[in-house]
Amino acid sequence: MPTNNEIAVKTKDLTRKFGRFVAVNSVSMEVHRGEIFGFLGANGAGKTTVIRVLCGLLQPSAGSATVADLDVYSQSEQIKHKIGYMSQRFSLYEDLTVEENIEFYGGIYGLTKGQIRNKEEQIFTSFGLGPYGHSLTASLPLGFKQRLALGCAILHDPPILFLDEPTSGVDPKARREFWDIIHQTSEEGTTVLVTTHFMEEAEYCHRVLIMDAGRIIAIDTPHNLKKLHQKDSVQDVFVTLVRRELEGRKEADASYV
Amino acid sequence: MNAIEIRNFRKHYGAIEAVKGVSLSVRQGEMFGLIGPDGAGKTTLMRAICTLLVPDEGTILVQSHDVKTDIMAIRALLGYMPQRFSLYQDLSVEQNLRFFADLFGVSQEEREKRTEQLYRFSRLAPFKKRKAGALSGGMKQKLALSCALIHTPQVLVLDEPTTGVDPVSREEFWDILRSIQREGTTIFVSTAYLDEADKCDRVALMHQGEIAAVGSPSEVRGTFDQPLYQVSGRDVRALRHFFAALPRVRSTQLFGDSVHVVFDQEPMDSEWQEWRRDSHEDLERWSLQSPSMEDVFFEFIARKR
Amino acid sequence: MSSNRILAIARKEFFHIIYDFRTLLIIFIMPVMQLIIFGYALNMEIQRVDMAIIDFSRSTESRHLVQEFSGSRFFRPFYYEGAVSGLDDLFKSRKASVAMVIPHDFETRMRTGPDVPVQLLIDASDANAATLINMYCTQVILNYNEGRGTKTLVPLDARSSILFNPNLKSSYFFVPGVIAMILVMISCLLTSITITREKETGTMEQILVSPVRPSEIILGKVLPYVALAFADASVVVFIGLVVFRVPFNGSFLLLVALTTLYIIAALSLGLTISTRVRTQQVAMMLAQVATILPTIMLSGLVFPIASMPKLLQYVTYAIPARYYLLIVRGIFLKGSQLAHLLEPTLFLVLMALVLLITSVRRFSMNLER
Repeated sequence: MPTNNEIAVKTKDLTRKFGRFVAVNSVSMEVHRGEIFGFLGANGAGKTTVIRVLCGLLQPSAGSATVADLDVYSQSEQIKHKIGYMSQRFSLYEDLTVEENIEFYGGIYGLTKGQIRNKEEQIFTSFGLGPYGHSLTASLPLGFKQRLALGCAILHDPPILFLDEPTSGVDPKARREFWDIIHQTSEEGTTVLVTTHFMEEAEYCHRVLIMDAGRIIAIDTPHNLKKLHQKDSVQDVFVTLVRRELEGRKEADASYV
Repeated sequence: MNAIEIRNFRKHYGAIEAVKGVSLSVRQGEMFGLIGPDGAGKTTLMRAICTLLVPDEGTILVQSHDVKTDIMAIRALLGYMPQRFSLYQDLSVEQNLRFFADLFGVSQEEREKRTEQLYRFSRLAPFKKRKAGALSGGMKQKLALSCALIHTPQVLVLDEPTTGVDPVSREEFWDILRSIQREGTTIFVSTAYLDEADKCDRVALMHQGEIAAVGSPSEVRGTFDQPLYQVSGRDVRALRHFFAALPRVRSTQLFGDSVHVVFDQEPMDSEWQEWRRDSHEDLERWSLQSPSMEDVFFEFIARKR
Repeated sequence: MSSNRILAIARKEFFHIIYDFRTLLIIFIMPVMQLIIFGYALNMEIQRVDMAIIDFSRSTESRHLVQEFSGSRFFRPFYYEGAVSGLDDLFKSRKASVAMVIPHDFETRMRTGPDVPVQLLIDASDANAATLINMYCTQVILNYNEGRGTKTLVPLDARSSILFNPNLKSSYFFVPGVIAMILVMISCLLTSITITREKETGTMEQILVSPVRPSEIILGKVLPYVALAFADASVVVFIGLVVFRVPFNGSFLLLVALTTLYIIAALSLGLTISTRVRTQQVAMMLAQVATILPTIMLSGLVFPIASMPKLLQYVTYAIPARYYLLIVRGIFLKGSQLAHLLEPTLFLVLMALVLLITSVRRFSMNLER
């Protein structure tokens, strides 16, 4: 668990509304450099919106947020240089080869040919993509597409990484191997913010944040959460807390989803 | 007569063999889970059952109708929910339900009763005029399920209905499925969440086009006959490396904040003490563990190699 | 076949159409725009053509001739004082589209006879306009002659009168063309898109697992577009009749019947396209290539088929609009009966049958590629 005092991402009373709908309601949190930070919550709880704000894609309605000491209001373009983003659907070009995808993403981040080649070497070695260099992305097994997507997200050595449900649908073995890579990346100093619905993956995080209806309902290490709520797994903690919120909500149409 | 009878089903796409000779039976009124990760062939199998794909080899019978010859009869008695949301986004909840009721020729009387019932368990009634595209993920799933049930099918086929959905919504969904099963519907559902296997009467583990194991969840777990221990300590990753290096260890896997260690033989107490010392006090707890579905799954993959 | 299912699909399709307000707007606004463009912006008639006059005669008689031209709204004559060799530059700089050279002995020879050659030089870089200019010049000269009681020999037999469209009003020409365009677009383009969209978004997968039959899907999807096509065409016809005052000399019933046939042919083309492609984008491109371009270029809408190279003329046989234009122009302007329109009708029937049968047979009832 990183014990440094460097803050990679910080928000204070972050709020984002869409019309009258409050998607993110006064969210305050701090993520330390090198931490693996998990975002848990239902679809519609506000996780994606928070991440979009932190990526510089959306402006907050109120409150403050800084990413790598850059302000999301005034320095959103610079923020984009400091972050890597891996989306749920792996945004890779299926009809390009592995190498071509890497070259493309390297290019749009402004890397020189030499730099791209170096990173490509690294990715091939540490992600095991070497034998697939010339293969069409579409032909890769899902687990390898996932690794390629991660590789493309870190080409420009961003200090902060956002992973949106990166292990969706992948088999348990590939998932663990992927988390080994994430862990390694975090040891090297990269801050990783990840969203997931696989609760056991939440166990691999240094700290997790649980969101419901735009608000944070828990933020702590998995160990502390389990101890506090006397549960064996983060999944049980999640279910308990969210259910509690559900019952507490006073809306007439109390349908959770 | 079994609700679904699959014998030696094979299907390939060009050079890729998606399903390699699968045989399965699903009994009347049971909740059968097809468990496996992406690329296992689950969707291919389900589509073939729903007559959307034609088997290259083998037969599939749904309520004794052959998928190759009796297509219309099967389509009338099946309810299908594909993996991707496939209802009309620009039509409202009501309009979508009405459309499928028309498509299946549900009588006016039956329709009213059924709609009311479906609204009750899906709790979508307050949203009936809302466009399907404007519903949240979980609500979309419930609507899709409702549309698949509007004609009271004998067999319900659901392709990964809980993928990408949080644990609370998932549990809700399974509750709904159970109540449908109580009505007498046979349910054939696939999932990538191995822990959902326990919610089914029987399961089949599927991996890369083949069936790894079939049976009730406890039977499937019973196929795992190696001693399995859950160990934990200060640094689980280091612990894992430690055990992986030991000679009599078959495999090690990280499971959240503990490591599952599979041994060739039952280790002795003295060995545990030895390991505690060798791991520099890293090893803190260990206990015999009954295997989870994931453990069975890992064992199967390992055995294949 | 269940009429309930067909109705259900048609009703659903109707909702899709209504909810897609933007497309609906385009469908109705576009023909209006086309009518405006053809009607007012692109004027295919000639008006106030600049005419350079080199009058070597400078007599009373020659002035009368020139006045005949000034009096016509088609020409704007001006005296050009330069030499005949300078006319080249005049044409190149577009200061004139036609020049008339009156010989020095014009007056004398007009009195003594038998005839006087008057030279007309026409800028034919716009061939269509040049033909018209030629005809109008001839007409003006004929009028001049009649006014003087003399006969002037002219290279063309100006006695030919232009039938059915004596004033060569181009609106008579393009309004039917716009009808043909809009019908083929809605029927072919939209139909091909709607079916491919269901394949692309995955909704086709859902409805296939139901008792629905391919014929029901096709009929149900197609009916609302037939209605839409008729509605749109009616708008064009209305504007044509009321605003542009295109005459209607034929049988309304025949028009409706043959228009339906044309729509079916275009629909079947759209269906055929949808059975071959998997994405809306490709469907749209294919449909446009198959309908809009050929209809504008090769159906006789703008360019006469007879003036096309032989090879292209053969190609035009494959374009439904070619036949429909004959039909609609025939009914509007000539009052043609079915007996006169047998050939184009039969071609359309053949097309519709072939396309319809192949597309229904190819319509996939499962997800196999």
